[in-house]
Amino acid sequence: MKYLHLIWAALAHAKTRSLLTMLSVVAAFILFGMLDSVRVAFNAGGSVTGANRMVVVSRLSITQMLPFSLLAQIQAIPGVQKATFASWFGGIYQDPKKFFPNFSIDTGYLDVYPEFVLPPEQRKAFDDDFTGAVVGETLAKRHGWKIGDTIPLSATIFPTKGSNAWSFKLDGIYHVEDSKMKGQENLLFFHWKQFDEANDFVKSKVGWYIVKLDSGDHADQVAKAIDKLSENSDHETRTETEAAFNQAFVKQIADIGLIVTAIMGAVFFTLLLLTGNTMAQAVRERIPEFGILKTLGFSDGAVLTLVLAEALLLIVLGGLIGLGIAAAAMPTISAASGGVIQLPTLQPQTWAMGVGLMIVIAFAVGGLPALRAMRLKIVDALASR
Amino acid sequence: MNSLVSIRNVTKVYQLGTQRVEVLHGINLEIPKDDFVALMGPSGSGKSTLLNLIGGLDWPSGGEIEVEGSRIDTMSSAEISRWRSNHVGFVFQSYNLMPMLTAQRNVELPLLLTKLTSAQRKRNAAIALELVGLKDRGGHRPMELSGGQQQRVSIARAIVSDPQLLICDEPTGNLDRQSATEILALLQTLNREHGKTVIMVTHDPKAAEGAAHVLHLDKGTLVEQAEAVA
Repeated sequence: MKYLHLIWAALAHAKTRSLLTMLSVVAAFILFGMLDSVRVAFNAGGSVTGANRMVVVSRLSITQMLPFSLLAQIQAIPGVQKATFASWFGGIYQDPKKFFPNFSIDTGYLDVYPEFVLPPEQRKAFDDDFTGAVVGETLAKRHGWKIGDTIPLSATIFPTKGSNAWSFKLDGIYHVEDSKMKGQENLLFFHWKQFDEANDFVKSKVGWYIVKLDSGDHADQVAKAIDKLSENSDHETRTETEAAFNQAFVKQIADIGLIVTAIMGAVFFTLLLLTGNTMAQAVRERIPEFGILKTLGFSDGAVLTLVLAEALLLIVLGGLIGLGIAAAAMPTISAASGGVIQLPTLQPQTWAMGVGLMIVIAFAVGGLPALRAMRLKIVDALASR
Repeated sequence: MNSLVSIRNVTKVYQLGTQRVEVLHGINLEIPKDDFVALMGPSGSGKSTLLNLIGGLDWPSGGEIEVEGSRIDTMSSAEISRWRSNHVGFVFQSYNLMPMLTAQRNVELPLLLTKLTSAQRKRNAAIALELVGLKDRGGHRPMELSGGQQQRVSIARAIVSDPQLLICDEPTGNLDRQSATEILALLQTLNREHGKTVIMVTHDPKAAEGAAHVLHLDKGTLVEQAEAVA
């Protein structure tokens, strides 16, 4: 710590340059914090052990539908408390830019998702209405929908009687208590029965099953038993956690991990060049100062350590500020968007990886300049003044 | 004679591309403890090279250099760094202060290599600054001080760890006459009252008058040793 003022003085040697470099580090780590949190959240699938709600999908592809007849067989497996199902519909409301996820669901679907809070009278109205729909509060507010409104959706996959025009009567508006789950209020559900009868393409098929277990303790055995039902058939299944299912769902659109890695690779490569150049310049300009330090008795190793510490301070300080801003910004953005944008909180592994990256980057950008400072001959260094 | 510095048959050769340039040719020199030696000679005569060798900033190509009983020509880089921090103080023509540090912090620099506490370092630096007449200027940065004051800070830094030997390379070279006289007086005080051995390179005959002995170097050879009037 007694050398800290020396390291600060080195950074203060060119204040503007140090500040701008630190800002670039801050910006890079804000981006890293946000993107890596998204990656971690999407990759947090894990094993089915302990899960008390699982999803059964086609082993081949999530886009492959499963026979409705599996419902009764799954329901009969010991350990299954309730089985229900849903199917992706993919309808567009007015404009593709206004897209929101919409699904056809089994009547019991809402029973296994108690987090969707729907007033009992609205639930009854929905259950009794063949063309009824329920939407999340956030979505209803965004479009100004009220109970009783008709919501037209234009099909992108499943036409009805040769037309893409589907319409639903809004019977219920659910809400989600957990503020972190507000993104779940952007969904529309309608009856699978209507979908099954009215669509022109698929009959008696569902997108995926949701299985609620008596207990998460036997999740592995139940998952195996469910998958065994359709073993060697043309509709083999894979039973997985909801998180894994969500990942697979998003991966239909893009590989989040790959995108995050690619973006961060580009960002950190640029950061390496930028800060590497800054550090090299900072050392070049202070060669006489290193000569002085060596003259006074600072060893080669001490000079090397000082330059590395300077790089470390610059990168770690900027990085921690960046991650701090990301940690503060993500809940703020989520809250300000009213649940439309749901950003995960900064995970411990993101902090850990961030700090690791800071150290690696600091050594990478400080290494060569530090070696140069270490190898300086005092006489040459002082002569360059 | 009780020599502080013993130089025996020292040579220094620089390799400039394919050209071999011998800057010092078999220098032999004894400098007693408590002496004040001025080293004079034309540019390129090897004065600064010899000074650097005595101060352990460079290694000779041949010969032996013994300072305070230690053979510094055989020391490794790490050993000679440690030796310098304990035995030599340096004063340069261009002061060589760290621009972002205050005078106090500049003077404290050599003490960072000791086991002194922060408070002890501060106290010692304050004493050194008081000794050079800059008691109240500790909080100023070099840019806020005159040339003479900067050189005083540099001298305070040189003496703060109480070395026996002071190596001064043109200490008055960047100063006006008034400041130069003051700096010389300060070096004389350090020599006479505090027992420091001073070896000073200078072009200025006036400055050399302040020394007890004057050595002349020409083309890498000691040509004359004169007793100064001071």
